[in-house]
Amino acid sequence: MKFWSSVAAIAWKDVLSELRTREIIFSVLVFAVLVLVIFNFAFDLSPDLMLQIAPGILWVAFAFSGVLALNRAFIPEREENCLEGLMGCPVGREAIYVGKALGSLFFMVLVEAVILPVFALLFNIAVLQPELIVVTLLATIGFVAVGTIFSALAVNTRAREMVLPILFLPVVSPVIIAAVKASAISLNGQSWGDMTIWLAIILAFDIIYLTVPFLVFPYVVEE
Amino acid sequence: MPPAVETSGLVKSFGHYTALRGIDLKVPVGSTLAVFGPNGAGKTTLIKILASIMRPTSGKILIEGLELKDNAEMLRTRLGLVAHQSYLYGNLSAWENLDFYARMYGVEDRSRRIGELLDLVNMTGRKHDRLSTFSRGMQQRMALARALLHKPSILLLDEPETGLDQQALGAMWDIIKREEAGRRTIIFTSHSFERALAVCDDVVILERGRIAFKAQACTLNLGGLKQKYQECTAVVEK
Amino acid sequence: MRIRILLILSAILILATLALDMLLIPSLDTQNTGFIQYSPVFYWHIPVAWVALFAFLCVFIASIGYLWKRTAFWDIVAMTSAELGVVFTSLFLVTGSIWAKFAWGTWWTWDARLTSSLVLWIIYVAYFLLRAYISSPEQRARFAAVFGILGFVDVPIVIMTLFVAKEMHPGDVAFHLDKPQMILTLVTGVFAFSVLYLGLLFFGIHLKEDAAELTRLKGLMEDNDNG
Repeated sequence: MKFWSSVAAIAWKDVLSELRTREIIFSVLVFAVLVLVIFNFAFDLSPDLMLQIAPGILWVAFAFSGVLALNRAFIPEREENCLEGLMGCPVGREAIYVGKALGSLFFMVLVEAVILPVFALLFNIAVLQPELIVVTLLATIGFVAVGTIFSALAVNTRAREMVLPILFLPVVSPVIIAAVKASAISLNGQSWGDMTIWLAIILAFDIIYLTVPFLVFPYVVEE
Repeated sequence: MPPAVETSGLVKSFGHYTALRGIDLKVPVGSTLAVFGPNGAGKTTLIKILASIMRPTSGKILIEGLELKDNAEMLRTRLGLVAHQSYLYGNLSAWENLDFYARMYGVEDRSRRIGELLDLVNMTGRKHDRLSTFSRGMQQRMALARALLHKPSILLLDEPETGLDQQALGAMWDIIKREEAGRRTIIFTSHSFERALAVCDDVVILERGRIAFKAQACTLNLGGLKQKYQECTAVVEK
Repeated sequence: MRIRILLILSAILILATLALDMLLIPSLDTQNTGFIQYSPVFYWHIPVAWVALFAFLCVFIASIGYLWKRTAFWDIVAMTSAELGVVFTSLFLVTGSIWAKFAWGTWWTWDARLTSSLVLWIIYVAYFLLRAYISSPEQRARFAAVFGILGFVDVPIVIMTLFVAKEMHPGDVAFHLDKPQMILTLVTGVFAFSVLYLGLLFFGIHLKEDAAELTRLKGLMEDNDNG
């Protein structure tokens, strides 16, 4: 139980800290909306075609704003060397990983909760379907699970934030692709049955992307 | 009773550079050890390894008789650290920072303990202010409060006097000596001979990763210590 | 010595594959089906792809080895394997692309197999980017090892797409060859490139170990000068 109370403490601390400054949330939201607006101008399509590319646009918005949010995950720990303070706490290093991942998950879900309705409004597409929401949530878990450990890696390199997309997007691309495919199926009016293969893929990745970083994270932060 | 801290053959290398070349220490329970040494001698490395923040390359470390590497998580509840940086979050208030660490350390009756510590370091009036608004001295006091939250039996301090004026420094040592937690063992690094001699029981001088000199404080006076330090570190200044 | 034998052997085997490929294969397509196994490129594409995936498996194992043992040897094996992996992946993307042009009239298509292979290539190029951006040698080896483990997740995907998503790229043809000439050519090719990989791997390890020793000696010399 010690593990989970520490995880909760870390996640809560991140959320609290962000609520104070509102740095991540605002910039990420604005960025995501911008992506949607730009796509709107880039493609002048009939509603049918729009329906086909909608999932892609959504995930471009989520992926890039997700990278922005993840970049910020470990930066507060660098000031005043707080990461060392965390390492001195009587809990396994994995708790830091899970706590941070939960915090990032919270932010991404918040962003998605705003973007989905905005998207529905701007593009006149009914994205607020339960199937699509479930797919988005599941894929976000995988996204954040991998992104958190890569964020910890990236923050220690010379190029910091710039390196994160290059390291992380290729590795997480299977999840994004599966999410886009599943979302497309859902928007086409088909339901759960047709999506099973993609859902299974996303779930499999979620499990892998939670387990492997969990095991390997201590090696990233150790000195 | 086993020593509070015992190391044998402690070595730490960073690639080709060896910071600690075999440190053998025995720090009795309840005693205060002062560690001196020029910059680069390995003082901070030693403190971080004892705090189990850094892993040694080789050697044995026993904290209260238990091997640190096998019992790190549990032993960290008995270790408190005040380092160069405060380990505190600028965006959060004094209270929130302490609350966070109190949760991480599993401190019982959190609110009361946090209130106690804020009183102890005289920061009760500013408990809802953000850390980023605090002066260096105030941050240091808060760092001390953070370290004492879980009533550690071993307190480690890395050059605690940096950035503090004499008065603040005196106040800090008052707090440390006053805070009750049974017989607390203290290990600190320092550049300030006079202050350190006044509070410690034993002295060690580190030079290029090795213990160059050790003695009990009662056998030394200020002049003698300074001279010894010069002798040990003279090798560097060719 | 061992390295020289391996490299010469692989050169011989590659020539043998070329001979078999050019002499035996074209005459087999009696019904002019244009199936992939009748195309000479196939017998280059498969071995090279196999070696690339094997190289990445080596990176994965060596990364675990490094995190466990912390000796420079494992890091060197991981890095050399990754280099070879990137080279061979480039080769298999290129040979695949050539075949695609002849068979389908297009250099590229975004089906599951090609996409995941391209992603694989990007991942291992990113491995080197990560290494380039870290100054401390110990941290570099450690982070690269972490990345070597995380990045390997894509390899099973590439393999799975072979059996699952048969949209455009032919499926597991290599496992269903019927004519002995094909099997012979393929096996020779696989053997040839595997030997080449081993030879280059040992060669690369040898080179890097020497370079590391040189750096260590230089460091000692500087210490002596300063101390």
